[in-house]
Amino acid sequence: MSEALLASEASGTGPAQHAPALLAASGARRFWRRLRTQRAALVAGGVVALLVLVALAAPLLTALEGQDPTTYHPSLVDSARGGVPIGPLGGISGEHWLGVEPQTGRDLFARLVHGARVSLGVALAATVVQVAIGVLVGVAAGLGNRWLDQVLSRITDIIIAMPLMIMALALLAVVPDDFPRPVLVALVIGFVAWGGIAKIARAQTLTLKQLDHVAAARLSGWGTWRVARRELLPGLAAPVLTYAALMVPNNIAIEAALSFLGVGVRPPTPSWGEMLTSANVWYAAAPQYLLLPAAALFVTVLALTVLGDGVRTALDPRAASRLRVGTGRRREKRAAKASPAGGEAATATRTGDGSGSPREDDAVRETGTGDGSGSPREDDAVREIRTDDGPREPRELRKPGKGDAE
Amino acid sequence: MTGFTGFALRRALGALVTLLAISAIIYVIFYATPGNVAQITCGPRCSPAQVHQVAEQLRLDDPLFLRYWHFLQGIVVGQDYSTGTSVEHCSAPCLGLSYRSDQQVTQLILSKLPVSLSLVAGAMVLWLLLGVGTGVLSAWRRGRFTERALTGITLAGMATPVFVIGLVLMIVVCGQWELLPFPQYVAFSEDPEQWAWNLLLPWLTLALGEAAFFARMTRAAVLETLAEDHIRTFRAYGVGERAIVARHALRGALAPVIALNANDFGAAVGGAVLTETLFGLPGIGQELVHAVDVVDLPVVVGMVLVIGFFVVLANAVADVLYAVADRRVVLS
Repeated sequence: MSEALLASEASGTGPAQHAPALLAASGARRFWRRLRTQRAALVAGGVVALLVLVALAAPLLTALEGQDPTTYHPSLVDSARGGVPIGPLGGISGEHWLGVEPQTGRDLFARLVHGARVSLGVALAATVVQVAIGVLVGVAAGLGNRWLDQVLSRITDIIIAMPLMIMALALLAVVPDDFPRPVLVALVIGFVAWGGIAKIARAQTLTLKQLDHVAAARLSGWGTWRVARRELLPGLAAPVLTYAALMVPNNIAIEAALSFLGVGVRPPTPSWGEMLTSANVWYAAAPQYLLLPAAALFVTVLALTVLGDGVRTALDPRAASRLRVGTGRRREKRAAKASPAGGEAATATRTGDGSGSPREDDAVRETGTGDGSGSPREDDAVREIRTDDGPREPRELRKPGKGDAE
Repeated sequence: MTGFTGFALRRALGALVTLLAISAIIYVIFYATPGNVAQITCGPRCSPAQVHQVAEQLRLDDPLFLRYWHFLQGIVVGQDYSTGTSVEHCSAPCLGLSYRSDQQVTQLILSKLPVSLSLVAGAMVLWLLLGVGTGVLSAWRRGRFTERALTGITLAGMATPVFVIGLVLMIVVCGQWELLPFPQYVAFSEDPEQWAWNLLLPWLTLALGEAAFFARMTRAAVLETLAEDHIRTFRAYGVGERAIVARHALRGALAPVIALNANDFGAAVGGAVLTETLFGLPGIGQELVHAVDVVDLPVVVGMVLVIGFFVVLANAVADVLYAVADRRVVLS
C-alpha cells in the first residue's frame, strides 16, 4: 500500500510539477532507501511479510496438514478428564502438528493459521476505513469554510474523546447477529477510531494550502475535488501513512481484545483473541493452547509496531536529528567497523555536515542511522512535504492509541 | 489570573458540550436503530405484552428528539416509571431502567463504580511512577546498554496485549509460584490490606503496558528538552549530567506527559474492562461486557455515558493542569 501511495505522489501532474517539493520522482525509491537503513525495521518487515503469506496461504497450509479449523475430533480428547487432549504435549502428532484444542479436539495449527487471516484481515480493513474517513473529514475541514471546519473539528474532537474500546463494545451490541462478524468488527473499529487521522490530515491540508502549487491550482479554476485529489493527497501521503502504519498493530490488538471478551469475532471462526478466552483453564494440561495464540499476537503486534516506527523514521526528516542525540560514540565505532574509510566517514555522519560524497553516503547507510543526512537536498524536499504537527502540542503527541486496544 | 480563570471556565464549558454531544450520538445510535427497538430493548424472551409496555415507557410514538429530551430530563430531575402494577421513582441522575435485571441503571453503576475506580486509580499511580522513571533513566543513560535494554523492554511491553500480560501474570504468580491468591475483590472500607493485596495483580496487569508507553514518551520528551538552549547554558555552568536530566530536563518534559496521561485515560479505561473481565472483578467493565452480551440497552447506554463522563473530565482537568505547568498555553 505504501509503495502505491508514494508512487501516486511521484506521478503527480499539472501544477504539481512546478513544485519542487512534490516532484519527488524518486519518492518510493527514497522511502525504500531510508527504510532499508534500519535493520530492525527490515527484520520486522520480513516477519510481517511471512505472516501475510501464512494468512493468504492458510487453506493451502491446512490442506497440506490434512485438517481444517472447524472439525471436531471428540476421539482425541479425554472426556473423562474434562476434555484434556490425549497424548503427549497436548496431542501433538504427525496429523495434528501443534496438537488439538481441549474439549473440542479441533486442530490447533489450522485454527492458528486461519486466525492469522482474521487478525490481519480485520486490522487492515479497519485501517482502510479509518484512513478513508479520516482523510475525507480532515481534508474537508482543511479546505472548507470556517463553519464547516468548526463543525468537523468538533466532531473529530468528540470521536477522539470517546473511549474506543467502550464504543466498539457498545456498537457491537446493537447490530443483528446475522451480519458477518469479521466485517462488522472491522467496520466498528474503523468507525470509532478515525479521529487521529482526521486531525493530522486537517493540519497537513492547512499547511499545504499555503503552498504555491495549491494556490496555482485553485487560481486556475480547478474544482475543490480536483485540487484535493491532485494537489493535496500526494502531500498527505507521508503523515497519513506514518499514522496508519502505527494504527495497524493497534487494530490487531483491539480485534483480539474484542474477540477475547466474546463480542468480536465469534466461534467457530478462529481468532487469536477468541482462542485465549478459555486458555487459562487449560494451561497446565495443554500449555500450547495458551502460548501459541499469545505468541502469535505478540510477534505480530511487535513486528508491525517496529515496522511502523521504521516507516515513520523513513518518512520523517526530523527523526534523524532526534535519533542522533548522544549516540555518536556507538555509531562511530560501528562505522569504523563497517567501512575501511571508517574514521572519516563516521565523523561526517556524526557532525551531519552533509558534504555528501558517494562514499560517505554508503557509510551512512551501513551504520544504520537511517537519516539520510548525506544529502541535504533530499532532506529539504521531504521537509517541505511534511511540516505538520508540532511535536510540542499535547494532542498531537497522542499515540494512535495502543492502549485503546487493551 | 483572569486569563487563567477564563481559560478554565471555557474548558469546563467545552467539556460539557462534548458530553452532551456524546450522549446525543449514543442515544441516536442505540434508540434509532432499524428494527423493533422495544423488542431489542426488552430482549428476545419478552412476551408481546411486555414489549408493548416497554414501548410505552420508551415513548416510542414520540419523535426521536423528544425522547432524547426526556432522557436528558431524567438525568437532571429524575423520572417515574410504571412497572405495570406500581410506579417506580427513579431519582435525579436517572439513566433508565434495566429490563433484564429490573434494576435502576444508576444504582447498578454506583454499586460497581468503587471497584473500577480502585483499579484505575491504583494502576495509574503505578504506570506513572514506572513509566516516567524508566523514561528518565533511559534518557539519562542514552547510548549505553541500559538504554538499549530499556528500549527493548518497553517495546515488548507495548506490543503485548493487556489480557496476555494478565493471563501470564495470573498463571505464573498465582498458579505456578502461588505467591498471591487468585484476586477476589475486597472493599477498601472492609479491609484495606486485603484490598491492596487482591488488587496488586490487576494493577500490574493494567499498568505494565501503559508504563511502557509512558516510558517511550517521557524519554522522547526529555531528549527533546535536552536539545534546548537553556540546557546548554546549564551545561556551560558545569551542572552535572544527572542533575540536568533529573531536575531540569524532566521539568520541561513533564507538561506534555501530564497532557498525555489524560488523553490516554480513555485507552486505560478500555484496558480496565479487559482486566476486570480477566480477573473477575465486579466493576463497570465486567458489567458492560455482560450487558453487551445480553443486549441490555439501557445499561449499555448508561455505562458508556458514565465512562465518557470520566474521560471528558480527565481531559478537561489535564488541559487545565497543562496550562498551570506551561503558561504559554493560556495565551494562545
